[in-house]
Amino acid sequence: MSIDTDTAARVAKLARIRVEDQDLPALANEFNGILGFIEQLAEVDVDGVEPMTSVTPMRLKRRDDVVTDGDQQPAVLANAPDAREGFFAVPKVVE
Amino acid sequence: MSELSKLTLADARDRLRAKDVTSAELTEACLTEISGAGALNAVVHTTAEIARAQAAAADARLAAGDAPAMCGIPIGIKDLFCTKGVASQAASAILDGFKPEYESTVTSQLWSAGAVMLGKLNMDEFAMGSSNEHSVYGAAINPWRRDGDETRLTPGGSSGGSASAVAADLCLAATGTDTGGSIRQPAAFTGITGLKPTYGRCSRWGIIAYASSLDQAGPMTKTVRDAAIMLGAMAGHDPKDSTSADLAVPDFEAALTGDIRGQKIGIPREYRVEGLNPEIDKLWADGAEMLRDAGAEIVDISLPHTKYALPAYYVIAPAEASSNLARYDGVRFGHRAKLAHGDGITEMYEKTRAEGFGSEVQRRIMVGTYVLSAGFYDAYYNRARKVRTLIKRDFETVFADGIDAILAPATPSAAFGLGEMSDSDPVQMYLNDVFTVTLNLAGLPGISVPTGIDSTGLPLGLQLIGQPWQEGALLNQALVLEQAAGFSGKPARWW
Repeated sequence: MSIDTDTAARVAKLARIRVEDQDLPALANEFNGILGFIEQLAEVDVDGVEPMTSVTPMRLKRRDDVVTDGDQQPAVLANAPDAREGFFAVPKVVE
Repeated sequence: MSELSKLTLADARDRLRAKDVTSAELTEACLTEISGAGALNAVVHTTAEIARAQAAAADARLAAGDAPAMCGIPIGIKDLFCTKGVASQAASAILDGFKPEYESTVTSQLWSAGAVMLGKLNMDEFAMGSSNEHSVYGAAINPWRRDGDETRLTPGGSSGGSASAVAADLCLAATGTDTGGSIRQPAAFTGITGLKPTYGRCSRWGIIAYASSLDQAGPMTKTVRDAAIMLGAMAGHDPKDSTSADLAVPDFEAALTGDIRGQKIGIPREYRVEGLNPEIDKLWADGAEMLRDAGAEIVDISLPHTKYALPAYYVIAPAEASSNLARYDGVRFGHRAKLAHGDGITEMYEKTRAEGFGSEVQRRIMVGTYVLSAGFYDAYYNRARKVRTLIKRDFETVFADGIDAILAPATPSAAFGLGEMSDSDPVQMYLNDVFTVTLNLAGLPGISVPTGIDSTGLPLGLQLIGQPWQEGALLNQALVLEQAAGFSGKPARWW
């Protein structure tokens, strides 16, 4: 499996990271190096093996479905790059 | 140089309780060391005011006779831990200016126990790296140098600042986190002790996430006893982390009997990788001999899927990272890129993330995105999770056969020079984790103990891998190794 610049561009788009066109060949090259390394996994016989979902054999805890927190608007917004009138502000989303 | 910052945590505790020294004195000694150690770039945000206030409170508790073991002990905190009102940016530009409104569970437990925060410590960005070179603060520097050579060496990573600070006696101990070796490798590179507990022993709540199924916090200390004391304060069940184990926290220090007679220590033959550095091979054989002399039985064992641990890790960790790091979008916290006229929200995401994330983080997010993308999920991600099941089964098999712990090298070499790996491809850097990453995949506890000095004068560490939840037994085995090796090296001061 070899990654070309189109695939690299698609992955960058999916990851929402801007990559300039001139940097795509180097990026594709790095991906190929890493994926070549990962490719070894194809040698392993995994027939009938369950994919791991939890490393410790314990059941995840449940709690009552009740409100335990809230009313912290200033704290929630304190680190926002742009907060106005109690909201996070972002560029126009819908044309 | 003040002698007070050189104290072990255990000695400081005893002297504090004996009223032989105050927390204020210990804290000032450490702050003085920190202000003189800028060249190490280990402490990236000093919190002197908080430290002095906490020290005064600790002295009051000590005077009142209400003093848990960590009371009055000045420590450093890896920048990955959220600390309320104090910069916590995972060494990333994307969290520039971020000051959490909350405190991580682990640090909160440490402060409740009376510990004193000296500052935040350097690391690889988002804990991704093995050399602390991928940091918005610049590289942390190892206080150790090769004999007669001023080359600046890496303290390892990702907890490089923690390792450097403890080794240089800027603090009595530090917190670290370990996703693929990030506590144990830097500990080995700097001649200190580093413990990665069983997955679930310490709460992950408030620790900035890298790969959630692998991340675990642990202590980085000057001795094995110190690790036992500090783990006791860090560990425990937390309702805010659904993967934290609802188990009582044992008295880890009480497990340090020094008696390992009759225990079986496994030597995994697959760890004797091709081209293994002869100095590491000898260190390993010497370590086995020390444990045998202490009455343990040394057993040759096989962990057949070892070879596949690194490739499995470099699928699973980036996959989880690509999901965890999706939250850095320029909306809720940290950096937002300046936008051009007409830019919409997608441009905001793309520019913010391109500016805010360093190259290694971008690389791992994109690899993770790729292995999770339609058409490749089964071939890469699901296959890696199946291999992970097999790796864990390898360990379960040897433990079921009666093995108490496993002895292995911590690293393939001593600390390397800054920049020495930067020209090689990323995979070469990843190979640093070859001995450490297996037990993150299996969720097991591991400890790195300094046991020797290489031919250039640098410290080397051995690693013990324990059974799940058996940190007490593991620390005891490590104590035997520590006592037999008698490692007492300290870096000669140049900073």
